[in-house]
Amino acid sequence: MASALINVPERARRGEVIEIKTLVSHPMETGYRRSQVGAPIPRDIIRRLVCTYNGAEVFRAELHPAIAANPFISFFTVAAESGTIAFHWTGDNGFTAMESVAIAVD
Amino acid sequence: MDRRGFLRAATGVAAGIGFSATVSARPARATPAAMDEAIRKVVGAAPVTKGRVTLDLPPLSENGNAVPLAVRVESPMTPDDHVRAIHVFTEKNPQPDVASFFLGSRAGRASVATRIRLADTQTVIAIAQLSDGSFWSASATVVVTLAACLEDG
Repeated sequence: MASALINVPERARRGEVIEIKTLVSHPMETGYRRSQVGAPIPRDIIRRLVCTYNGAEVFRAELHPAIAANPFISFFTVAAESGTIAFHWTGDNGFTAMESVAIAVD
Repeated sequence: MDRRGFLRAATGVAAGIGFSATVSARPARATPAAMDEAIRKVVGAAPVTKGRVTLDLPPLSENGNAVPLAVRVESPMTPDDHVRAIHVFTEKNPQPDVASFFLGSRAGRASVATRIRLADTQTVIAIAQLSDGSFWSASATVVVTLAACLEDG
């Protein structure tokens, strides 16, 4: 199971723009490399990250092999209400990882 | 053939073999034309104007396997006027697409960051798609000393 790191402020004022940082462990094998015996190494990457805030999608990223291993992605969102911010990564070979964090909005 | 002539000829042949081996060992490269095609696939026939986008990349990177990239777009990010998507393309990686980020008015600020791979010294382009349907771009050139994708693993 992949491990993911999420950095979201625990508390925010209503309407405040907050930064969200995400990191997930994954080799992001490009599919362009060859093994030592010359056989091509098949592609194995994370294709997509979807971020939902209380069920509504606020951010989505489509990734290609040019994203470095252990993809780090940061973005912003408006702290609208207290609740849950959820992250869902999906990729090749049935890869899937989920993580969610709680946020309190005053 | 005297000895000197023979040596000179032999070196030339050896250099030729070495050169062709290096070339064939490299993976397929995207070309600036392939990048244009990938960009056209996203923007269609719409014009892409330079400006409003800030692309932050180091001018020189020692390691092409993880180059920090940040894109900011000047936008009020209101429901009427916001950035819908940010697309990133490279010129000489095996494939031109790097990533597409889909935002909305709820993002509050049109700013994303990640780490990318660069296979060579090349130009990177970020294109922002705004809610009014216009496209804006910025580009940056990165000198890469250790390229990604080429090492065997």
